Amino acid sequence: MSDSPIFEAPPHRLESGLEEKNAPLNPGDALVEAQRCLYCHDAPCIPSCPTAIDIPTFIRKIATGNLKGSARTILNANLLAASCARVCPVEVLCEETCVYVGWNRPPITIGKLQRYAMDHAASPDLLPRNPPTGFSVGLVGAGPASLACAGTLSLLGHETVLYERDPLPGGLNTTGVAPYKMNLNESLAEVSFILKLGVDLQTGVEVGRTITGKELLDRHQFIFIGPGLGSDSKLNIPGEDGEGVQGAVAWIRRLKTEPGYTLPPVKNAVVIGGGNTALDAARELGKLGVPHVYLVYRRSEEDMSGYLHEWSAAKEEGVTLISNAAPREVLREKGHVLGLSLARTKDGKPTQDALADLPCDFVVVAIGQSKLRGLAKEFPGVELTEDGCIKADPQTFVTGNPQVFAGGDARNGGKEVVNAVDEGQRAARAIDAQLRSSSTPKTGSTSTDRENG
Amino acid sequence: MADLTSNFAGIESPNPFWLASGPPANSGDQVMRAFDSGWGGAVWKTLGNPIVNVSSRLGSVNYGSHKLMGLNNIELITDRPLSVNFKEISEVKKRYPKHAVIASVMVESRADWEEMIRRVEDSHADGLELNFGCPHGMCERGMGSAVGQEPKVLQELVAWVMETTKLPVIAKLTPNITDITEPAFAAQKAGAHAVSLINTIQSVIGVDLDRLVPLPRVGNASSHGGYCGPAVKPIALRMVAELARANEFSLPISGIGGIETWRDAAEFLALGATNVQVCTAVMHHGFRIAEDLIDGLSNYLDQKGMNTVDGLVGAALPAFKEWGDLDLNHHVVAKINRETCIGCQLCIVACHDGAHQCIHPSEKAGAPADLPHRVPWVEEEECVGCNLCAFVCPVEGCIEMVEERRGDEVDTWNTRVKDGRDHVPGGLSDS
Ligand SMILES: Cc1cc2nc3c(=O)[nH]c(=O)nc-3n(C[C@H](O)[C@H](O)[C@H](O)COP(=O)(O)OP(=O)(O)OC[C@H]3O[C@@H](n4cnc5c(N)ncnc54)[C@H](O)[C@@H]3O)c2cc1C
Ligand SMILES: Cc1cc2nc3c(=O)[nH]c(=O)nc-3n(C[C@H](O)[C@H](O)[C@H](O)COP(=O)(O)O)c2cc1C
Ligand code: SF4
Repeated sequence: MSDSPIFEAPPHRLESGLEEKNAPLNPGDALVEAQRCLYCHDAPCIPSCPTAIDIPTFIRKIATGNLKGSARTILNANLLAASCARVCPVEVLCEETCVYVGWNRPPITIGKLQRYAMDHAASPDLLPRNPPTGFSVGLVGAGPASLACAGTLSLLGHETVLYERDPLPGGLNTTGVAPYKMNLNESLAEVSFILKLGVDLQTGVEVGRTITGKELLDRHQFIFIGPGLGSDSKLNIPGEDGEGVQGAVAWIRRLKTEPGYTLPPVKNAVVIGGGNTALDAARELGKLGVPHVYLVYRRSEEDMSGYLHEWSAAKEEGVTLISNAAPREVLREKGHVLGLSLARTKDGKPTQDALADLPCDFVVVAIGQSKLRGLAKEFPGVELTEDGCIKADPQTFVTGNPQVFAGGDARNGGKEVVNAVDEGQRAARAIDAQLRSSSTPKTGSTSTDRENG
Repeated sequence: MADLTSNFAGIESPNPFWLASGPPANSGDQVMRAFDSGWGGAVWKTLGNPIVNVSSRLGSVNYGSHKLMGLNNIELITDRPLSVNFKEISEVKKRYPKHAVIASVMVESRADWEEMIRRVEDSHADGLELNFGCPHGMCERGMGSAVGQEPKVLQELVAWVMETTKLPVIAKLTPNITDITEPAFAAQKAGAHAVSLINTIQSVIGVDLDRLVPLPRVGNASSHGGYCGPAVKPIALRMVAELARANEFSLPISGIGGIETWRDAAEFLALGATNVQVCTAVMHHGFRIAEDLIDGLSNYLDQKGMNTVDGLVGAALPAFKEWGDLDLNHHVVAKINRETCIGCQLCIVACHDGAHQCIHPSEKAGAPADLPHRVPWVEEEECVGCNLCAFVCPVEGCIEMVEERRGDEVDTWNTRVKDGRDHVPGGLSDS
């Protein structure tokens, strides 16, 4: 992305030392790879992308040297294509469906080509804009879902204001994604890009604390809520609280954003869990130089919910799996973590059977994130599902309150960035349709005669 | 955003991209889908007296893994009833009034021409293209390239047409001729409004070595066909440029031949075409390529600060010169980038066997100090600057041809002859 971030990145971040997994393509390689694309008719890669980017068209435009056009094709379908190009699990999305795979040949590296087009040609001027409508939409959170929703609405001519709790915008793109896929600067550059589409952002504003839902409903015609998930779930075992044990999302946030944070000298680290966050944490620990990284998972290797390609990479990097095991207690001496006491599991449930203690000095807990149940109460009529997700229509993303829409992790329970983007964009179009069929613009909100960017 | 609207010999269209007469413009359904995909106009598949086609009828040249670098066909003009074609043309024009629909026509007798033109006018087509180009099947019947190769006959035919209609008339020329300007001037003299070129080039695409039958095979035999597709672009470009710069040739030119991307199109425009037509690339990739043609050309014009397509038309013509006017002091030398070289040594073999023996392996005496193993080096005094090594190098940008002039002033062969420093013809002395 050609824009430099308008946010100051915190200095001395531990993530800065972690190498990029996907080095960018140089122009020659991009051309060769783009020319390899067969430009399939009714290409299977298109529907395999949740935002349905016209992949063959954007790749062909790289091949013909029309980079601007390529970036425009991409952005028309996905405003957060720069981060998606880096963080999407392409191995199980677009690239998996490439017809070359069925032909036993390597698929087109769609993610890398997308990144190439974004890096070289993305610009806010590429996108058509409607004249201002005077309508206003408020958005809770500035993660991928809300950013995509706000950007789309802004291009459609509506005023948009993001309310973000954190000092830095971007949601998990900024604070959670593995540094070797995307670093904080790249996420902030993308936020800057969205803001240049005309979106307003207020950071340090927590809806439900700094400002109430009612106030938002008064200020804006419509509200989109994209607050993501809550804090790391806990193990609830003895010894868990205290130094040396961290929730995965909280720990990754520290290594990505905390100035001067360093890992204490760790010899043996244990990550608890079998999902993608657990695999990310394990790989990050290994890349930070921890000599022994263990993954403790309560079921078998085949049952792990993390992607196979991520697990294979973790294994290759030396991560050891202890399967069918669950922690019973964090063993400590004078407060320092000494090891984990483990129970054998059956069907994922701990049994009385103890396994040998696992000596370790650092434990990362990656067994899921809680749900932000409180926020729904701020908006009358917004309901939760049994497992705490915000209930919203899967097509229009409208909640039980016709003025309130919701999308992203908070609605789908935790998927990928590209799903959050898709939901945000589709919600934006549904909101736009409502606004255009509805009455007069809300007055009293901030001025609408803003300049582009 | 640049304005892409086009006016070709009085025929307006939303952009300068037309389907060339051929299979993609064979029916109303196709032409309407093409317009929906962005094409600005279409030259209908040539209309004429009923014919019967053979099967198979296309042949392909593949280059490595690239398919359809060249295409050859032995197809004739439309094999659908004229009444159906005209009905569809009217319908397309009704539904797409802003798009250009041109009827391509090829008949023999004057009566047939007059009858055909009346029907074209009734269909509300925007103009006529006279097919003087088809080099197979029809020429044996005294039509197509048989006319295009006889400037006198061509002139007479165009004159008949001009007497009969007020519609814009485009003469489509065959490249199967020594001097393209002759038929073009004949068309101009007869009053045609424009020319289009090139039609296909006579060709035999290959031979089935098992059966010992040329391709494309029709039973146990084949026949020569017409060659088109990316492979013919350089030939077409030269003919368009030759005509565009010809003194006293003033008709607009519709450029055809091997156009597949916006770059190809831009090159034709830069060398003097007012609009372009595409056939093979659509047969290969479909109507959808219009999007990149439009988008790419418009981005290019923006980048060049040109507001309209006309700004580009002919922009490279002043730089298209006779060999004798080229600067002999312009000199380039090959430079190999050590960082990106992969050590394949393809440049060495090309230069040694096919050029001037001045690229050497790293172990040869005289190599620069600290040259990595297998990175070749150029003996620069011997390099003639032919470009061959840069072309065979598989790594984009690894071999760069760097300008090192041989003198400050421009010196051409023509000035040397004029000053008596060189002579015509060269002579055989070594001095
Ligand atoms: C460790 C980790 C790694 C991941 N790696 C990948 C990956 O490689 N690829 C991938 O595709 N996906 C990955 N994901 C998933 C992806 O990050 C999420 O699906 C995506 O970020 C969801 O976007 P969102 O906008 O719904 O929520 P979030 O990104 O969580 O953003 C929500 C925002 O709302 C703010 N907020 C919350 N409550 C309030 C409030 N009350 N008031 C104001 N603001 C509030 C938050 O501070 C946050 O900034 C990963 C997730 C995790 C946890
Ligand atoms: C199968 C086939 C049929 C064609 N039929 C016609 C025709 O009926 N009339 C005509 O003027 N040109 C015909 N052409 C020639 C094209 O219009 C065009 O001049 C030529 O193919 C060069 O352009 P291209 O390289 O874009 O294909 C035909 C070409 C092909 C491949
Ligand atoms: S392209 Fe269509 S018409 Fe031609 S051979 Fe194949 S199926 Fe038949």
